[in-house]
Amino acid sequence: MDNRSKNLHLLWRAGFGPDLNTIRNLDNISTEVLYKNLKQELKLKPEEFAVTKNLLRELFLDYENAADAENFQKANKEMIAEQKRKTQVASRQDMKKLNELWINEMVQGKSQLREKMSLFWHGHFACRNAGSLFQQTLLHDIRINALGNFGTLLKLVSKSPAMLFFLNNQQNRKGRPNENFAREVMELFTLGRGNYTEDDVKEAARAFTGWKYDERFGFQDNPRHQDTGLKVFLGKQGNFVGEDIIDILLEQKQTAKFITEKIYRFFVNDIPDKNIIEKLATNFFNSKYDIEKLMDEIFTSTWFYEEKNVSNRIKSPVELIVGIRRMGGVNPINPNTQMVFQKLLGQLLFMPPNVAGWPSGRNWIDSSTLLMRMQVPLVWASKDVLRMMTKSDDDVEMGSEDEGSRKKREENLFKRVGSAEWSWKKLYSNYERITRENLFNTMATDFLQSKNYPKKSVIEAHVDHSSREHYISSTVIQLMSTPEYQVC
Amino acid sequence: MLIKRRSFIQTGALATTSLMLPKFLKAFEPGQYKVEKGNKVLVVIQFDGGNDGLNTIIPVSQDEYFKNRPNLHIPASVAHSLTTDAAMHPALTYFKELYTQGELAIMNDVGYENPDRSHFRSMDIWQSASKSEEYISTGWLGRYLDEQCNNCNLPTQALEIDDVLSLVLKGNIQRGLALRDPKDLVSANSRRFFKTLSHAHEHGEETVDYLYKTMTDTINSADYIYEQSKMHNGKAVYPVTKTGKSLKTIASLILSDINTKVYYLSLGSFDTHVGQAFKQNKLFEELNEAVAAFVKDMKSNNRFDDVMIMTFSEFGRRVTENASKGTDHGTANNMFFISGGLKQKGLLNAVPDLRNIQRGDLIHKVDFKNVYATVLNKWLKADDQLILGSKYKTFDFI
Repeated sequence: MDNRSKNLHLLWRAGFGPDLNTIRNLDNISTEVLYKNLKQELKLKPEEFAVTKNLLRELFLDYENAADAENFQKANKEMIAEQKRKTQVASRQDMKKLNELWINEMVQGKSQLREKMSLFWHGHFACRNAGSLFQQTLLHDIRINALGNFGTLLKLVSKSPAMLFFLNNQQNRKGRPNENFAREVMELFTLGRGNYTEDDVKEAARAFTGWKYDERFGFQDNPRHQDTGLKVFLGKQGNFVGEDIIDILLEQKQTAKFITEKIYRFFVNDIPDKNIIEKLATNFFNSKYDIEKLMDEIFTSTWFYEEKNVSNRIKSPVELIVGIRRMGGVNPINPNTQMVFQKLLGQLLFMPPNVAGWPSGRNWIDSSTLLMRMQVPLVWASKDVLRMMTKSDDDVEMGSEDEGSRKKREENLFKRVGSAEWSWKKLYSNYERITRENLFNTMATDFLQSKNYPKKSVIEAHVDHSSREHYISSTVIQLMSTPEYQVC
Repeated sequence: MLIKRRSFIQTGALATTSLMLPKFLKAFEPGQYKVEKGNKVLVVIQFDGGNDGLNTIIPVSQDEYFKNRPNLHIPASVAHSLTTDAAMHPALTYFKELYTQGELAIMNDVGYENPDRSHFRSMDIWQSASKSEEYISTGWLGRYLDEQCNNCNLPTQALEIDDVLSLVLKGNIQRGLALRDPKDLVSANSRRFFKTLSHAHEHGEETVDYLYKTMTDTINSADYIYEQSKMHNGKAVYPVTKTGKSLKTIASLILSDINTKVYYLSLGSFDTHVGQAFKQNKLFEELNEAVAAFVKDMKSNNRFDDVMIMTFSEFGRRVTENASKGTDHGTANNMFFISGGLKQKGLLNAVPDLRNIQRGDLIHKVDFKNVYATVLNKWLKADDQLILGSKYKTFDFI
């Protein structure tokens, strides 16, 4: 593979694709240097997206979804209806802002590898929760540690109010265990199904009793509710507490294997290569779970750049949206349109379907999502209108919005502000020195990684030939509206 | 491997409408009118938001019902009486007729172990047919499509009348189709562009080829469905509501020659925390009128024995009303089955016993997966164990 294709591959997998300033400069830089540059950016410490209002910091959130009816009623009494409503409205606004800020960071932020890795962990430690303070805090923990140590990250996430709430550990008490968290920490966060017994779940749940967050939103290890008795877990015996359980999980090589395979499937290929994964997992385990080292090994390997690993991966909706914005220099006039796209395409940030995260690969594609994906650039360029409507979300709307009003709201949103600003000037200047004859192929290979991209005559039948500028802008839009653009 | 363009065309992946249909939609050769008699069709109506089952099938003989609902109860005098213990919501007039004619069955207290009160999660559980603590990324009807077509040439199809495809219709390999308005799928310009791309595409890269196939099939299916729905646009009059329009489209497709055995639509929102009486009544009126038109249409075309409507909601609501003349998220609920081909009619089991509840919630007596097993095994003649992952006992109403 030529240097340029390798660089494109790296930028799409270790980040969200090239932006307008790099796309034309990929010929003369070696892939090693490009990766070093990506790593250089990691030195910047991410800033927290501080979106929550003070009001929220003083309140427990989201009792509506509490699985425990008793807690629900008790909390309901404690919280005056009006205060509750205010909290929910504020939280909803915060979540929009949080979504916008994180997407913007993926688009314009300096630290591509960090945000890409964070998106991976965001799906791995999936937490469906509409409370903005929960989500803001959890995301910050993830971004700080995205390329750090997996053990540290696992402990932080396990103790985060977001996860404690989402997986019901608030209700996990001595004598009245709630096994949800103990089960998921093994099934989804570390070992994977089939590598522990139901007894292990029960024993681990006992060890996690008393883990909760307090009124100040801090982690609390409540001794009153803690089961301090003897436990037998994965063949070991002791008066284990929560921390011990997590340490024992990290001692299992299966944890390294499980995480490595998931990373391989996300960053390299949906079809796992057993030998490569085994080798990566061994090194990951021996490094005591150094995520950055694992990623170095992947991105500097020769196999990563083999043809079978290139242009075979279906972009997730967020990767697609962010990628379009980077390559077109696109700024939506109203950022909320991005959330409607995320919903329609099946990946609304902070709202994974369940704790198992988003099923990826071909699962992103069905009859409606594919056509919707191909219409995103057209809608943003005002060449098409949004024809689809999102499904209801009763957890958020709570009966307040019927279908008619949702439809009207979304139609209005797109009618007024559905379009976006594109950086056409930069795009024109990018191709200034390319002859008219070479223009199509140059652009096609910038925008599409597929070797089998549509022929010039096919695209040209649908572009505007009235001027060089119009030709370039319409070609960009058409290229982004192809099936080929859906893969990277 | 590069497949030559010509052989690609011959496999029918591009096709103009009606001449070269996507294979998966077409059941029979033209002229062999209609899906044969005896070929069962399932229409699922999903009540979004958690319908209040206690005000749908009302336990009129229990004092606890009236005590728990001082404002929201529906008096027996205005409800449609079914038995001494049960009456039906006043808006469901046609459902009462169906009940009298033995074309309606009602299953009470349907739910699952460890019920979840989040709309999304509970719907996820119902749609994927998972246990409460289990996560499955495919739907039970999607897996039915997989089971029906193991490398076959002619996949059975399922159609959702919506813009976005629900999890329930996603299988491991097969996926249902979601269409709200087949003629408004994309703009005319985009349609031309996508078709040109499709014509010119040469196979070579597996993932890209898969995307091309999905794109082409979708556009062709939408065209075909649009044509069929025009062609079989019978005399039957449907209400001009969303449900009315959806059931009209479904009827026209059932009466045409397409290989679709499952149709899916949703109605809502039944999330009646506030002002329940008005909202539920309005939704039931829409349901009642649309179902009436649909059933009459099926009957006049002699297909009602082969078509079954099934309704469900992600949960019921709490027994006690709240302070806002509404109800909050609950647990077990009832399901309707409507068809001319039912083996048992009316109430299939007793109404909920309100003296025996748990922390203000109904205790489920029937697992919904037993209902699914019954529908899969006895109505759709499918391997329910393979699809549901376990053998569930079936009922005899089908």
